[in-house]
Formats: sequence, structure tokens, C-alpha cells
Amino acid sequence: MATPLVVSDVAKSFTMHLRDGIRLPVVAGVSFSIRSGECAVLGGPSGAGKSSILKMLYGNYAVDAGQIIVQHEDGLIDLATASPRMVLAVRRLTIGYVSQFLRTVPRVSALDVVAEPLVERGEDPDVARNKARALLAQLNLPEKLWMLPPATFSGGEQQRVNIARGFITEHPILLLDEPTASLDASNRDVVIALIAAKKAAGVALLGIFHDHDVREAVADRVIDVTAFAAGKIAA
Amino acid sequence: MSDVPLLRVSALSKFYGSRIGCENVSFDLWPGEVLAVVGESGSGKTTLLNCLSTRLLPSSGTASYRMRDGQFRELYRMSEAERRFLMRTDWGFVHQNPADGLRMTVSAGANVGERLMAVGDRHYGKIRATAVDWLSRVEIDEDRIDDEPRAFSGGMRQRLQIARNLVTGPRLVFMDEPTGGLDVSVQARLLDLLRGLVTDLGLAAIVVTHDLAVARLLSQRMMVMKDGRVVESGLTDRVLDDPRAPYTQLLVSSILQV
Repeated sequence: MATPLVVSDVAKSFTMHLRDGIRLPVVAGVSFSIRSGECAVLGGPSGAGKSSILKMLYGNYAVDAGQIIVQHEDGLIDLATASPRMVLAVRRLTIGYVSQFLRTVPRVSALDVVAEPLVERGEDPDVARNKARALLAQLNLPEKLWMLPPATFSGGEQQRVNIARGFITEHPILLLDEPTASLDASNRDVVIALIAAKKAAGVALLGIFHDHDVREAVADRVIDVTAFAAGKIAA
Repeated sequence: MSDVPLLRVSALSKFYGSRIGCENVSFDLWPGEVLAVVGESGSGKTTLLNCLSTRLLPSSGTASYRMRDGQFRELYRMSEAERRFLMRTDWGFVHQNPADGLRMTVSAGANVGERLMAVGDRHYGKIRATAVDWLSRVEIDEDRIDDEPRAFSGGMRQRLQIARNLVTGPRLVFMDEPTGGLDVSVQARLLDLLRGLVTDLGLAAIVVTHDLAVARLLSQRMMVMKDGRVVESGLTDRVLDDPRAPYTQLLVSSILQV
């Protein structure tokens, strides 16, 4: 089976210059790979570095050491050292991401927020909007909200917009940062079904799920992040 | 993905006597890319913008621009007339104060039409139709076309300035604090408009701002300047989510949370 994402020996720390340059090690020696069609889950307590790992894979956090090899178009890219332009291309075509919180843009409707990643990949805007409608309906977002900007939506409504935005494209790799944190049981089941469909379509998924039932339902295996704990002694 | 940059800047410096305006700035800008230059007052960001747009000549360094024929031209070796032509046709410059970029005593329609005439358009009906179209794209009612910008609000003036700049279909737009001095609600409307236009037209833009939220919303890449030097650069959300340089950490930690 194809392995579109290989992480080897990745390390991350934060240097807090405003606090006398204190260095906070987060993770070190992070090594794992994800195959197409599987959903791996990052496990471990809060503060273990799960979100930091996802953010490095998406390019939001810089990487101190190691490699993040991604199969992008016809080649292999090391995201740890890729140029900003390359990271943007990887995000557009290869790696999708559902964050915990929606970053809203003033005056853009929920429907267009959801359709945007598909339009960026060159899809016809009307086709993209139709697909966005179908996803929002599947996620039970009331139709009267579709044309409104999501800034004033409730936490659960915003999260469903965010999920629809993340799932609308056919990125071969999908990162999920607690996509079900503020959803009720029926909407959690919708997300579980969406993840199952992605797996069946051969997408490689990596997620963080604190919800035990969701994790049980979607995880093919758990990657224990505590194994990558960085030295506790600040340098 | 186009592999040829639109603008290549190498080791650009500008000194005012012994004082540093900006020093040793290098970057490439690709078509369709928005680069934010952030920093506090006096960080050199406006000096850099003025050098790039050839409103100022740098003390040293080079900047080459890919012309429509695909050839790179060294900006500081062009004649004054060539630079002016570039400025009128292929480039736009959006000033913080719209009065600096508009002619306040001619009508809104003429402000837009003037740029078209500068590139050789002579047909009055066509110019007016294009002006009407652009006013509507920046959300100014058609019945204001014969009013002077003096009679417009600050937000409307700024939108008119944007229409005036974009009507010739430029490939590169310089913006100096485009939302500075506007009410927050007016800012939001303008930002959304700019974001849409930049995406639809595939413009490259260099946006100078001290507002990190504006940079986050508009740009894909970011340069942080302090004392005339670039202290950090990279993907906008990387710089803001994981700032590395001491000064960037200070800037990011100083944002007020709403």
C-alpha cells in the first residue's frame, strides 16, 4: 500500500525570547508513517505535543530537526525544509487540515468558506458550491445559516463549517485536530461516517480525538506521542 | 504553478546619510502572491516599499521586474519615462491616505477613467462603461460617478483609489497601510473586497502594514522588519503561529485579544 507521509526523527522546541530565552522542548525523535486508506490517531495526554506535531505537518510550526517526507504530485517533498511557496502548493493539492477552530473572514458566507478550498484547486465555483451544500446538509447545519458569515455561529455550528471545508476536497492526506470536540452525538456519527468514506477512498488520515467513542470508531492504530517526549531538562 | 518570479529583489539598501532606511533586503515575489511587510513605525517598511515602487532610488542593491514580454528589466536602470509608464499601467500604488492617490477635484468616474486614458483608451463611452463597472466592483453606487471624491467618506475614497489602481489590469500592486485610519467595520469591508479582488485577478501585491490581523487575512507570506532589517520571514501563518525572532515574538504577544 502507498505511504504518502513519512515522518522521521522530527524535533520541536520553543525558545521564549521574552522570558530570558528559556527553551521549552516539545517533542524529539518523532518517527512514524501513514499509509493510504488508514486513519492513525495521535494519543497521549494534553501537552504531550499532539497538536504541535499536526501543526508541523501542515507547516504552521517550524521544524527544528528531522524530515517530513510527503508525496506531492509526482515527487517527494521534505516539508521540514520546503519553501513557503512549496508549502502552499502542498496545502492546496496534497494535505488538507481540519483545525479545532474556524478562522472566520468578515462577510464571507458559510457556503463560500466551505467551497473555497475546492475553488482554489481549480473547480468550477458553482460545482464547488453544490458540493458544499450537500456537505452542510449532511452535517445538519440549518439551511438558513448557509448564506451568513460564520463569525456569529455557535461553537458547534462553526466546527461543522470547518469540517465541511476540510472534507470537501480530495486531498490524499487529511489532518484532523479534534474535529468532534464540540459536536453532539448525531453529528459525531456523521463525522465518523465521513472519515470512513475518506478511508475507503484511499486517503491517509492522521487525527487527534479526545472523544473515546470517536477514537474507537475511526482509529486503525494509535501513535503514542509520549514516546517522543523531549528531554525534560531545558537547555 | 509558475516557476518564474515577477519581481526579484537582491540586497536592497537605502541610507539617509548615515541613518539606515532599509538594509540588505532580498526576496522573490511570484505572480498571484501577496507579501506582507510588517513592523512598527520607523522599521523601514515604507522606505522599502518606496524603493520597490521606484518612488525612491535605493543606495545599493537591485530589483528586476518581469515585463509582459517575459524579459526581466532592472528597475533602477530604466529611464524615468519607462518607470512612469510601468507605474501607470502594470503597477498600482494604494496609499494610506486616499488623497495622495486620487485627484480630489475631478469626478470619481474621471479618477478611474484617467488611468485608462493613460494607457491609450480614447473611446468616451467605453471608458465610462468601464468606470461604472469598476465603481460597482468596489461597491460605489453608479449615481455617485459624477461626484468628486471630496464628497466621499474615508472608506469610499479608499475603495475609489483601489478601483483607480486596478482598472488597467496591473500585475503588481503596492499598498501602504491600505486600511489605516478607517473604522473597524469599514476596514472589514475593505479587507474582504481586497481579498476577493486579489484572488479573482491573480494579482501580486506587497502590502505594508503594522496590523498583524490585516497581514494574516491578506497575505500568504510575510517579512518582519525592525530597524531597517528583515528579522524574520516565511509563510504568514508560520510566522504568526510560531514566531522565532525575539522581535516577532514581542509583536505577536502584543496583539490584543478581542
